[in-house]
Amino acid sequence: MAQARYDEHVLIVGGGGTGGALAHDLALRGLRVTLVERGELTSGTTGRHHGLLHSGGRYAVSDRESATECIEENRILRRICPGTLETNDGLFVAVEEEDLAYLEPFVEGCAACGIPTQRLTGAEALRLEPNLNPAVLAAVRVPDATMDGWRMPLRFFATARHNGAEIRTYTAVEGLLVHDHHVSGAALRDHVTGRCGEVRADVVVNATGPWSERVAAMAGVEVPIRPSPGVLVAVRGRLCNMVLNRLHKSGDGDIIVPQRALSVVGTSSWVVDDPDELGVPEDHVERMYAEGAKLVPAVRDTPMRAAWSAARPLIGARSAGDSGRELSRTFKTFDHRETDGVEGFVTITGGKGTTLRAMAEVCADVVCRKLGIDEPCRTRETVLLPHEAYYRAAA
Amino acid sequence: MSETGTRRLRVHRFKRGDGGAHFDEFVVPAGPRTTVLDALRWIQLHADPSLALRHSCMHASCGTCGVQVDGQEELACVARLGDHRGDPVTVEPLANVPVLTDLVVDMADFFRRFGDRHPVLRASEAVAGAQPPDGLDRFVRLEDCIECGLCLSACPVAATSARYAGPAALSAAQRLLEEPRGADRDDVLAWAGRPEGAWRCHVGMECTRACPADALPAERIMALRRELGGREAGARP
Repeated sequence: MAQARYDEHVLIVGGGGTGGALAHDLALRGLRVTLVERGELTSGTTGRHHGLLHSGGRYAVSDRESATECIEENRILRRICPGTLETNDGLFVAVEEEDLAYLEPFVEGCAACGIPTQRLTGAEALRLEPNLNPAVLAAVRVPDATMDGWRMPLRFFATARHNGAEIRTYTAVEGLLVHDHHVSGAALRDHVTGRCGEVRADVVVNATGPWSERVAAMAGVEVPIRPSPGVLVAVRGRLCNMVLNRLHKSGDGDIIVPQRALSVVGTSSWVVDDPDELGVPEDHVERMYAEGAKLVPAVRDTPMRAAWSAARPLIGARSAGDSGRELSRTFKTFDHRETDGVEGFVTITGGKGTTLRAMAEVCADVVCRKLGIDEPCRTRETVLLPHEAYYRAAA
Repeated sequence: MSETGTRRLRVHRFKRGDGGAHFDEFVVPAGPRTTVLDALRWIQLHADPSLALRHSCMHASCGTCGVQVDGQEELACVARLGDHRGDPVTVEPLANVPVLTDLVVDMADFFRRFGDRHPVLRASEAVAGAQPPDGLDRFVRLEDCIECGLCLSACPVAATSARYAGPAALSAAQRLLEEPRGADRDDVLAWAGRPEGAWRCHVGMECTRACPADALPAERIMALRRELGGREAGARP
């Protein structure tokens, strides 16, 4: 296991994809890193997402900032995560006449964001995906892919661990150590032993996604986060090999992501106050079936394996609309010295699974600048260890 | 979860350095769709935040939430409380792997049983009549096995021998014979033919019954034996 080259110590709160990618980035730059997670890794939002490695197509018309981030990261993850992605591309499919009106803006939006596209006739789309709605009028191929919401992020944790980062799961933050507007660590409870303790650090990073408002409050600062859940339904059977999206403005139930021997239909979108209490509204499950069947009619008669909810950490004030769809999918780093006059505390939030590495890079730049450390990001080129190396590191 | 009633849960507890293991009992709200994982997370949020458990994807794809429910290996995320008659329903960690705390097992012990190569990306079955798009040789997908450890927990041979490779690792070896992905066939057979390999299986079929991903571990171990038998002229070492 590698040794840190610097004495500076960063404590990351949150073991989702963002925290894992940040631990990896900072460990590569030679810092001492400790990451704490109250449960298992990726047990919050990351593990529960539909598994779509975005090409950016979904945002190409309405949110070009997110779309551009997605295609750049899509290319990087294909390079650094070989063997963990189902790289079968995706289709945006027009199944009703009115979908066709979206085709030109979609192709133009993709071109403007650097997302390669290939136009297909309905017949050509059916040759690729015979289970598609036979009424398909046209389709556009994009470089979507399927990731594994557990194994892909686990490769970041595995590599971070091999580079010296300490990853402590089942360790809850009970409070932050705050004196004179300065955060210097956290009070922890270790659920493996039941014991309490403290960890001190030069910078504490809040990487808790939809929980980031709660953790920020421990330092007396606010971050404008709206936990926005969506319902997903996994049906038994692999109904397609490519990611299938409806060619229209993002809506409910308009994506089918094949994953192993399952097909995941998603999502819906609403907003909640408490990211721990999401529920799975029955009418949302029915909508996933109804909308999913418009893309692939066989969805209607395919038995359900599971229905669940995941909370997106969207950036926006509480006064924003209440569906969550109007909020950008981009991410933001808050250096709380600049926003609130609190030193030693940074929040990274927003974003999505596809952009985890980019979020980490931006946040690690902020952390290093605060610490006066001049080290470049190396995560674009560093191929990650296989996921099971996480466990071999522990041995 | 729609709350049409309550159920009693008896949950395994263990904290290192805090005396021996014991069971705690909880009453949880339960509706027709309530899963064991819903119930355990309800306990964490409303009754005892110190309860430690593994979960991630919530749809039987990551393999983290394996437990024993009334003695049966299950993924907590898709195990419905309503399908279990126990009163209370007993929830314990997986067997044949070390327990770290409460319901959390040490998966390092699961992964150490695998051979050197353990690819998780494979060729995908074709949807009937499908052809891959230009530029893609073929469709790919992740392996069926989700490395959850349910098969190892259910295996009666693993219960008597910590050295036994176990169903998941042997299945992975058999998948390399089916689809080598660069693996050397002789190396795989030599690994599977070790004394702690495929011949230790007693064909109890418990692994295939426990598998939540229909990965057919017992059938794969039998297929491995046929390959080994061909090589070793049927001689069992």
